[in-house]
Amino acid sequence: MTTPHAPLAPAPRPAARRILSHGLYETRNVLRNGEQLLVSLILPLLVLFGAHRLELITSAATPSIDVITPGVLALAVMASAFTGQGIATGFERQYGVLAYLATTPLGATGLILGKAIAVLAVVIVQVVVIGTAGMVLGWSPDPVGLVWLGVVVVLGATAFTALGLLLAGTVRAEATLALTNVIWVLLGAAGGSVFPLDHEGAGALLLLLPSAALGEGLRTASLEGSFPILEALILAGWAALAVLAARRWFNWR
Amino acid sequence: MDLTARSGEVTVLLGPNGAGKTTTLSCAQGLLRPSQGSVTLLGENPFRAGAELRARVGVMLQDGGMPQSVQPRALLNHVASLHQSPWPVDDLVARLDMGDFLRTSIRRLSGGQKQRVALAASLLGRPEVVFLDEPTAGLDPQSRQTVFELIGELREMGMGIILTTHLLEEAQKLADSVFILKDGEVVRHGSVAELTGANDAGSGASPGAARRMLFTASRTLTHREIISAPVSIELDGGTDNAPGAAWMTPSLTGPTQLRELAAWWELIDMMPVEVRMEARTLEDVFWEVSVS
Repeated sequence: MTTPHAPLAPAPRPAARRILSHGLYETRNVLRNGEQLLVSLILPLLVLFGAHRLELITSAATPSIDVITPGVLALAVMASAFTGQGIATGFERQYGVLAYLATTPLGATGLILGKAIAVLAVVIVQVVVIGTAGMVLGWSPDPVGLVWLGVVVVLGATAFTALGLLLAGTVRAEATLALTNVIWVLLGAAGGSVFPLDHEGAGALLLLLPSAALGEGLRTASLEGSFPILEALILAGWAALAVLAARRWFNWR
Repeated sequence: MDLTARSGEVTVLLGPNGAGKTTTLSCAQGLLRPSQGSVTLLGENPFRAGAELRARVGVMLQDGGMPQSVQPRALLNHVASLHQSPWPVDDLVARLDMGDFLRTSIRRLSGGQKQRVALAASLLGRPEVVFLDEPTAGLDPQSRQTVFELIGELREMGMGIILTTHLLEEAQKLADSVFILKDGEVVRHGSVAELTGANDAGSGASPGAARRMLFTASRTLTHREIISAPVSIELDGGTDNAPGAAWMTPSLTGPTQLRELAAWWELIDMMPVEVRMEARTLEDVFWEVSVS
């Protein structure tokens, strides 16, 4: 029996609404955060223009911008998924935000799915902005390859978000801040993301790195228009490993 | 540890730092899985709680748990959006006087302002049960008063409130039920009246029946006189042993001791200026437990 004055029974919004709401909330927070924008968009754009002007990557067969743009996309995805989410989540954990949100109807699962939506939203912005900038500079990706590029971007974002969250949930926030930045720079400079791998000899082993798998995968997709199966498997493997490790070691507080 | 809180009541957890108050709350909130024993929250296991149960429970963590770079307005709107029929954000903002800092990022708020944001966030779902871990820490006296009045209103609405505090005077005014924790165990529990023995007959049979007696001395007492007193006496609240000093017996268990005290006054030839009996306060009980 209910009367207009009876207290309402507290109830949660439907799960899909809660998760979407959290995704939008997190996306707004990222887009408003100056440091995150710098790492996610400004720095990759600077690398794109710099590498293009200085002609850092030269090859007889392909114009350099066709090699640079997918590499910079890889760098940008690592920045938002790994560095950005890692740092944000690390500090949320330190300040008890994760614990608090876990007690709301959102819960732990909703929190993670909401973060995934936010990462995807930011990645879409990155692909559009960097892709457009690349095209202005002459990037002409294979049209069919763009579909595969999208698939590899999502796989890469998943793997790097899982790795970022693993770090955020296991070490102190300050350590997450330092590590995600250093690792991002190292993987960006020497991890096969921006600069193509040397497939001869020991250098080929670098392909096992998630950064190389992402960079090579994006280059294969956009240059050749084919689906990079090996790279996709490597990224999926890293994602699975990181998720399993996070389930085992992630601390909410 | 055996601890039960009821809806429509204020249950207060007291205890020195490290007594296990926050750990107890974390288990009840489902944030920690108890290493042994069981916790039931609204008939369910909080550690496996789904969204339905979490919507019925509000939580204010001790450190607040608030995101630093977000503005209170955005956070409160977001948390409200997780609930089917939330408490109107503007109403909570007005009640807790938060209008001035809604658009300042939480990082830049004072401790008391952050506390109010966290309190509002815990109430947004209009929960049946709310856990408040030190809701008045860092608040100025006026805000503290506001918060305690709001807690009284929540109780009127039928909400079950479980809170920890270091403010024993406020706890005494507000608590329906008190649990005193020490080293991870409940060492005393009951209503304030039960704990202080306010309603007991004072037959001397139960230690809970103890009263406090204060007397004002007409002159300085010598050391020999003080140790010859039939019950232990001490100076109340840091006064000096001088004419007009307030002396206190922390625990007077029956009329016999009153007679012995009167006989002692006769012996040392001192007529007190003023004699007063009072029920012990929660603070007396708390210190007794903490020291023992």
